[in-house]
Amino acid sequence: MASPGSQIYSVAVIGGGVVGCAVLRRLALAGLRPVLLERGPDILGGASKGNSAILHTGFDAPPGGLELACMQRGYRAYLAVRERLNLPLLETSALVVAWSAVQAARLPEIVAKAQTNGVGDVRPMPLDELFAREPALARTATGAVLVPGEHVIDPWSAPLAYALQALANGAEIRRDCAVTDGRRVDGLWHLDTSRGPLAAAVVINCAGLQGDLVEAICRDSPFTVAPRKGQFVVFDKPAARLLRSTILAVPDARTKGVLLARTAFGNLLLGPTAEDQLDRERAEVDGSVLAELIARGAGIVPALAGERVTATFAGLRPATQHTDYVIEALPAERWITIGGIRSTGLTAALGIAEHIADLYGDSFGPADERPDPAWVQVPNLCEERPRPYQSADCGEIVCHCEWVTRGEIAAALAGPLPAGDLGGLRRRTRCMLGRCQGFYCAGRVAELTAGRFDPPLARARGDAA
Amino acid sequence: MTRPAVETRDVVVVGAGPTGLAAALRLKALGVADVVVLDRETEAGGIPRHCGHTGFGLREFGRLMTGPAFARRTVRDAARAGIELRLGTTVTAIAPDGRLALATPQGPAQLRGRRVLLATGVRETPRPPRLVSGTRPWGVLNTGALQQLVYLKGLRPFARAVVVGSELVSFSALLTLKAGGMRPVAMIEPGPRITARRPGDLVARHLLGVPVLTGTRLVAIQGGARVEGVVVEDRQGQRDIDCDGVILTGRFLPEAAVVDRDVVELDPGSGGPVIDQSWRCSDPSYYACGNLVHPVESAGRCYREGLAAAQAIAADLAGSTSPAAADGMLRVELDGALRYLCPQVVALPVAPPSRWAFNARAAQETRGRLALLADNAAIWSRRIHALPERRLTVPADGLRGLRPRRLRLVLE
Repeated sequence: MASPGSQIYSVAVIGGGVVGCAVLRRLALAGLRPVLLERGPDILGGASKGNSAILHTGFDAPPGGLELACMQRGYRAYLAVRERLNLPLLETSALVVAWSAVQAARLPEIVAKAQTNGVGDVRPMPLDELFAREPALARTATGAVLVPGEHVIDPWSAPLAYALQALANGAEIRRDCAVTDGRRVDGLWHLDTSRGPLAAAVVINCAGLQGDLVEAICRDSPFTVAPRKGQFVVFDKPAARLLRSTILAVPDARTKGVLLARTAFGNLLLGPTAEDQLDRERAEVDGSVLAELIARGAGIVPALAGERVTATFAGLRPATQHTDYVIEALPAERWITIGGIRSTGLTAALGIAEHIADLYGDSFGPADERPDPAWVQVPNLCEERPRPYQSADCGEIVCHCEWVTRGEIAAALAGPLPAGDLGGLRRRTRCMLGRCQGFYCAGRVAELTAGRFDPPLARARGDAA
Repeated sequence: MTRPAVETRDVVVVGAGPTGLAAALRLKALGVADVVVLDRETEAGGIPRHCGHTGFGLREFGRLMTGPAFARRTVRDAARAGIELRLGTTVTAIAPDGRLALATPQGPAQLRGRRVLLATGVRETPRPPRLVSGTRPWGVLNTGALQQLVYLKGLRPFARAVVVGSELVSFSALLTLKAGGMRPVAMIEPGPRITARRPGDLVARHLLGVPVLTGTRLVAIQGGARVEGVVVEDRQGQRDIDCDGVILTGRFLPEAAVVDRDVVELDPGSGGPVIDQSWRCSDPSYYACGNLVHPVESAGRCYREGLAAAQAIAADLAGSTSPAAADGMLRVELDGALRYLCPQVVALPVAPPSRWAFNARAAQETRGRLALLADNAAIWSRRIHALPERRLTVPADGLRGLRPRRLRLVLE
């Protein structure tokens, strides 16, 4: 039971990934009083921390599904709000490139599927045009399809902006707050969390990799999460000049294959692999798999063999036994399920949030939309737009690889949603994410974050561990 | 509308470490007064600032000093010579003709050097390019980061660390751990022997009591938010070592990020700019010197090289050398067993008074006869036993006055 005097929220959103943040924002804009419960020390610590940062058109999604609908709604919504939230759009377009006769023969069906999915500007690209557009591409390509609307965004600033706008419109976010159990008493959900009990009228499960475990609080889960790991390699900034477009593979039955994409931060990204695993918590990189991945990348762009690696990472996607998203409202239980949001979640998040607002209205009555919601501007991390180090009075640059100023680090440690751990600070500022990985700035960052993280990056010499 | 004139100086030195400060001092002494030294850090002195152990300065200043004392000495000398230092100043882009874009605490700025000396030094290879398996917890650091935490900030990032590598810097990592009140659990080296020359191994084994495990490879790092251990592999197989920190040492790389390869040619072998025997780059307004061009040498060696490069720059500014060599530039062809050679290019003819040597590195442990061939005649050769990361010196004296069509460094 909720403790006497504790607040009753209209909605509890479980999970602070990109979907949870987008849903929280949409509910706050709808005039509700939602709270987001995140078990980690910061938002985006699960599946949302590692993805390919593509804003997808949905050209290759299974036709007619909820995933496609949410992606396309999310794509439009992102374009509609990004300027007001100060979010970037790197207009790269994408090329699906075939590397064999068999793959080339499948390109017409890719164009046809794009037409079916309403992405009408997708077209075959002749090889001479392909090599003129992408001179660094291996000459072994056998065919290509251009997807003009497939672009790149900042995968961390977007959900942060959603969360911050939610906070500015009456939402709350509780971190280090794992939901361990719950029950309905007198029409209210009473949730047990690692930070005490809490009551809410409606619960929305956005728990990603933990989705089926959280779903069990309400019912036998209609889906089981089967984590799928994707390993990535990030190349240093000089590699980004090798490509203009994102290079996609001809997908097979299981995955979309390995892509090469410029990032909003000015690097070149290669990945992901697709490996099933049982562990939902830890995603390990594997040196030999990364070496194979780099070799595959060099097969696509030969000059990549001479480029330096800046970072490697592994992300987990919450795949399930279903090919489509699992999104359901249970009006009697006052519960909404959002499960199986895979790599398309970054694109789809705002669309899923719109869909949830519809479901919420249908199930629990129309909401009273805020007529004049507050907007927030997140700090820009994208190289295509001015960054603080380029401004007058930029002050001290702390991270020399990513040119992160002391002011940016101070801002990320302040405000309504300060970084909760080093990962959160990195995602908010890019500090220590560059080629030296902290060789030059680890001491300074440890000093600037003293007293902010638990455990701290370093302790004073005399302190006990 | 007239374009505001860009501030132009005779020499702009990028990097206030041993190389850059030595070059500025010598330039001043040679009468090139209009010199400015830039450094992106808020303190001058470079890497020695955080090398808290001894071993510096004997040849340069006649006494054995710690790294910070060496740094203080060079900074003090520069101040006494009236050299202008601009700290907290980052070069964000280089352009032809010595034009630099800067980020300064006051905002963006432009600066042009009639000559620019790039002396941005080196750093160690961090985890990602090493393709180490496992999770990615906090607590995996290079020696440089550890030294900054311990010697500059008085901080201790963990309690028990494994040191990966056995170069000279790896022993510095051991000493830094001790100085910071941390325990080195083991030093591991994949090769059959340690990379550093003595007395590094004696220091580790006898003075510090640290097990030095050669033939042992780091397989994976384990942990959640923090390091919880490592998996290593030797001839007996794989095993875990309990630790809460990992120091990845050495495998130095030039800090060449600012060197736009469309302006100044980079050598894929060294990772630094391609230079000739006068430290001149492919764009003749740029010079490069110190560890930026040859990862890695001692601070003292970089200091002495900075002095020598200053002579070349002063002569160039005085017009006593032509911007392009009279008989052209000859690229030295490099044997595949060698990782890099520096200088990569020889300006011909080689002037009589110059005394210099090539600096080379083997890709892996190699034995054989190393020979410098001018056309097909060996002008120098020696039997070598090369170890990775150890300097191979190839004297170039025999080149004096020659005008070869082909120069090769071969290993037979």
